[in-house]
Amino acid sequence: MSTTVLPESSRAAELLTDSRTTLANKPPKRRRPTQWLPYALLAPAIVFELLIHIVPMLVGIWISLVQLTKYFIANWSAAPWAGLHNYAVAVDVNQAIGKGLLNSFLITIAFTILVVGISWTLGMAAAVALQRPFAGRGLFRTLFLVPYALPLYAGIIAWKFMFQRDTGAINHILVDQLHLTDNAPFWLIGNNAFGAIVVVAIWRLWPFAFLMLMAGLQSIPQDVYEASSVDGARPFRQWRSITLPMVRSVNVTLVLVMFLWTFNDFNTPYVLFGSTAQPPAADLISFHIYNASFITWNFGSGAAMSVLLLLFLLVVTGGYLLFTNRRSQRA
Amino acid sequence: MRTTARTLAVIAAAALSVTGLAACSSGSSGSSDSSGDSKTLTYWASNQGTSLENDKEVLTPVLDKFTDETGIKVDLQVIGWNDLQTKIQTAVTSGQGPDVVNIGNTWATSLQATGAFLPFGSSEMKAIGGKDKFASVPLSTGGAPGKDVTSVPLYGLAYGLYYNKQMFADAGLQPPTTWSELSSDAEKLTDPANDVYGFSLAAGSYTENVHFAFINSAQNGGSWFNKKGDPTFASSANVDGIKRYLDLMQTQHAVNTSDAQFDNASQSTASFATGKAAMILNQNNANATIESNGMASDAYGVVPFPAPEGGEQIASFPAGINLSVFKNTENQAGALKFVKYMTSESTQATLDKPYAALPVLKSAANATDQTEETKTFLTIYNTMAKPLPLVPAEDQFESTVGKAMNSMFAKIATGSTVSTSDIKSALQTAQDQVSQANG
Repeated sequence: MSTTVLPESSRAAELLTDSRTTLANKPPKRRRPTQWLPYALLAPAIVFELLIHIVPMLVGIWISLVQLTKYFIANWSAAPWAGLHNYAVAVDVNQAIGKGLLNSFLITIAFTILVVGISWTLGMAAAVALQRPFAGRGLFRTLFLVPYALPLYAGIIAWKFMFQRDTGAINHILVDQLHLTDNAPFWLIGNNAFGAIVVVAIWRLWPFAFLMLMAGLQSIPQDVYEASSVDGARPFRQWRSITLPMVRSVNVTLVLVMFLWTFNDFNTPYVLFGSTAQPPAADLISFHIYNASFITWNFGSGAAMSVLLLLFLLVVTGGYLLFTNRRSQRA
Repeated sequence: MRTTARTLAVIAAAALSVTGLAACSSGSSGSSDSSGDSKTLTYWASNQGTSLENDKEVLTPVLDKFTDETGIKVDLQVIGWNDLQTKIQTAVTSGQGPDVVNIGNTWATSLQATGAFLPFGSSEMKAIGGKDKFASVPLSTGGAPGKDVTSVPLYGLAYGLYYNKQMFADAGLQPPTTWSELSSDAEKLTDPANDVYGFSLAAGSYTENVHFAFINSAQNGGSWFNKKGDPTFASSANVDGIKRYLDLMQTQHAVNTSDAQFDNASQSTASFATGKAAMILNQNNANATIESNGMASDAYGVVPFPAPEGGEQIASFPAGINLSVFKNTENQAGALKFVKYMTSESTQATLDKPYAALPVLKSAANATDQTEETKTFLTIYNTMAKPLPLVPAEDQFESTVGKAMNSMFAKIATGSTVSTSDIKSALQTAQDQVSQANG
């Protein structure tokens, strides 16, 4: 997440240097007395950034380097130094723990690709459909945003009820009404659990894509479309050659944010499956790490896995930003 | 404009200082909860009654009596089972906890290993009325053998086989005394067309599942840890025990496959109480749940969970709730007084009834006014119970093996088969996880 701030902060740095250079042209007398003010204004933000982001992160990294198990949890400082042992265990894919982590990682990648891809498609489709004013547009907008406005817990619990095998609404429709299958399928255990969690995650995420893209689409002037239709462009061509390039900056950020949120998603599996009954087919990585550290009191191992996850996300984010920036420069 | 700005600034400053103060006050009251005032004890009670409210109703008069006798106030917090372990974990980690806490006795050895709890050495034991007042089986659950226990028994629990008397009578059956009788009865009582099954299991609850993995393997003479405390999960006694239990659903079809989603024993208990299942395995505190679901107390009977012919007659482990004192309490004398009071004859007599608990005191074990059911449970508890592994990695055994069992039931329920070799490899994975985490 922190990397998403990068472009803004670098822009802020540019602004700062700009103001410096303009100030430098003026007599130096007036600059000095006001110099403390920006620092004073920044100080609370820096202090809280340290307290809320940096210090916990450093503590997490420290925990990953010690053997913090139940024997030392009452007295952290006594935990023996483990060096990279926790990491070695986590990446050793020939052993049980590493194999479990790798498996969970692959499931999470598949989950993320599906959820982000489908959410983006739905969000884009809905935003384009609602781009031009028509009667009832406000109603649809509100309706589409409902999942985003609902409290997360309430929404997912409702899905949990609907996915129940014997009493759930989904099986009622599939089996009792439509007679598609004779045997009521399970949705929250076994292999269907993966499908269930993908559906719920999309339901939660796509209104956000819709909201962002809708805002992006509002900034495209109508005359560009009119000009292109005079030139004979069909709607799909308009979407590809006008809409997509014009919302590109929105898209770049949107996809990144959705990727990070989805990859790290803890709440959805936790509420949908309960705190202990995680089905192997939907073993998402955040929850896997939680199990690896909390249920067995092995915080060092859990922290090492978290740091690995952080590194992976940093690399992906960095690569993504490099790639998209280079492309925008070329264009 | 200027005055508005100033007013806003003043309001903002006031709001900031108020929230700051609030944060301070909640911080300080948090610490005084745990220790500061020597006239107050904080007590975390586990959920034993039908609800958290019900627990408060049962415990409050008992705690008021303690306050009258000693002048020490008790701040009672009843905590549900889903939260209890996490809350204890947080309390151990932060050093900010209650003075006295209820624990599930299977956690005793794992919690003892954290070093956050007061060991009951000879002087502490003396302060709570002496070691000898406890019966030996419950006391043995207090911690690792050979060390001073860090918990003492409060309520005794054991597993029993609950059966529906009417359904057995209608089918002309007697309650089972061997495993083969149990499985044939279960098959006979199953009638999927009417949504009635011979058995209901909490097959999605990792704690219930691991308990029956343990009991079934104990009937085969199996064990889960060797003398050094290293895991030996994948032995054939363990594999066969688990297979026998899984086969109730897999080959005998005597369990509704929907049970694979039951992540709490109260759900299988509800199936039993509403006549959808003829038998369940449950601890003796199920009575309140059964009756609140509308089944009269004379409509069901309890017998020991039977072993296969030639197997060891083990039907349970000595389950129950223990009391622990946090080592960092600032009122150790008061906390010990409280433990003494809670484990006294009169308090035990008061609390055992509403909680349907088994007595943990020697003197109470021979009381004459016991019901038939209590007698059955006491026999199980005292003569047919084998303790769960008393090793620090017990909690890891519960979570890894229990979750492996959840997945196996899920596989069966969704139409796949779980073979002996599948069980063996799942147990091997669990064993590797535990030994790697400790190695």
